[in-house]
Amino acid sequence: MSDQATALMRTPLYEFHVAQGAKMVPFAGYEMPVHYPLGVMKEHLHTRAGAGLFDVSHMGQVMLSSSDGFEALALALESIVPVDVLGLAPGRQRYGIFTDETGGILDDLMISNTGDALFLVVNAACKMDDIAHLNASLPDHVTVTEIADRALLALQGPMAEMALARLVPQVIDLKFMDSVRITIDAMEWWISRSGYTGEDGFEISIPAELAPEIADKLIAMEEVEPIGLGARDSLRLEAGLCLYGHDIDTTTSPVEGNIAWAIQKVRRSGGAREGGFPGADRILSELHNGAERKRVGLLPQGRAPMREGTPLFATSESDDQIGEITSGGFGPSAQCPVAMGYLPTELASNGTELFAELRGKRLPVTVAPMPFHATSYKR
Amino acid sequence: MAADIKFTEEHEWLRVEDDLIVVGITEHAAEQLGDVVFIELPEEGTTVSKDDEVVVIESVKAASDILAPLDGEIVEVNDPLTEDPGKVGEDPMGDAWFFKMKIEDLSALDDFMSEADYKDFIS
Repeated sequence: MSDQATALMRTPLYEFHVAQGAKMVPFAGYEMPVHYPLGVMKEHLHTRAGAGLFDVSHMGQVMLSSSDGFEALALALESIVPVDVLGLAPGRQRYGIFTDETGGILDDLMISNTGDALFLVVNAACKMDDIAHLNASLPDHVTVTEIADRALLALQGPMAEMALARLVPQVIDLKFMDSVRITIDAMEWWISRSGYTGEDGFEISIPAELAPEIADKLIAMEEVEPIGLGARDSLRLEAGLCLYGHDIDTTTSPVEGNIAWAIQKVRRSGGAREGGFPGADRILSELHNGAERKRVGLLPQGRAPMREGTPLFATSESDDQIGEITSGGFGPSAQCPVAMGYLPTELASNGTELFAELRGKRLPVTVAPMPFHATSYKR
Repeated sequence: MAADIKFTEEHEWLRVEDDLIVVGITEHAAEQLGDVVFIELPEEGTTVSKDDEVVVIESVKAASDILAPLDGEIVEVNDPLTEDPGKVGEDPMGDAWFFKMKIEDLSALDDFMSEADYKDFIS
């Protein structure tokens, strides 16, 4: 029976991936496509030039509702996220984080106001913990429902709108971070204009049984290719977006992680709903005084990619490690190695020259602004 | 020709050229690696022992080490490859060779796989 305990789960698009010739790998408990025959590099470049279809059904979809109405629901969620949920308009989506008592980050997520409920999308590897956290932390009037019968697709890239509009013409009216529900042939499509590639695009939640047919229809379009997790990672890295469990985790605060922009004024010191979330003492203090370290962009000066775990030093000689790369690799659109990592705040300004130790050698690396490739969101 | 080329379990090919052996990676390995974006070659004149990490090769996916197949001396490296690492995906068995090494006794090559054996090994 031990096999069952370790058996990998499959998304509603498993057969689609296999039929497309994907190389399947274990990821967050699922069998997922790391790349298709096109390969990571071409999949990455295709997404920036045309449209890429990603299966992100492994991510957690969670609906929150309340018997006490939307305001009570929004305020309840605000007790565990340092985000302005009450001010989130119907049909809009916002990035958020779950914080812990020490000011660390339990997960990052997307929050949509559906009009009468809140729809959350959380990371695959964290979803069970997130759901337990929601159940344990939210008051009794809130109902937490995992949406396990829907697939989640992302269609990303400059031609994503044109492609998706053939199936759902209404999407041309959506702006970045709009989030709507559209009924087609008695099936509900939950569509947001968002994604995690730095490109314009959509995340599309549809009934699981509909997913293979829609995926087939999309990739039958000339501008659409299926894209695996490999290119998803290089795309989000070039876009400067952090990956939970690598660039942010329970040991990093939102200020250290350089995602303080996700904490709106109303939740900061002096705001109408200041604090009131786990770790608020530390986080509000860091928002005011700064943190000791910060996540920054890093450009290796040579051709050698610098990956997660590469230690950083102030000089070519010094023995004291000052920081570490948390994500890094070759950026196919940037056409050079790109990375991000943590540095002491005094060494974190753009242009600062440092050294990374790679295979016993000290190689120069420069602190650089992110994103590494300009984003093209439709605002 | 097939008789002149040998294969290692590390997916390298070894070809005798005069009194040297030329070393590269197989098509199968290149395919597994995906798009190669970086190659670091050893210095000419380096003395190496079998299984020393002599070449670093990075694809979009990951970094891999290429090991010295035998004890010997690196006498020539394919420098242009470091400027055009993508060539590994295009011509791994030809233009994209990594280095040439001098070994004590060419008969040591007999211990490696033939092309037919290698095909069995990867299937």
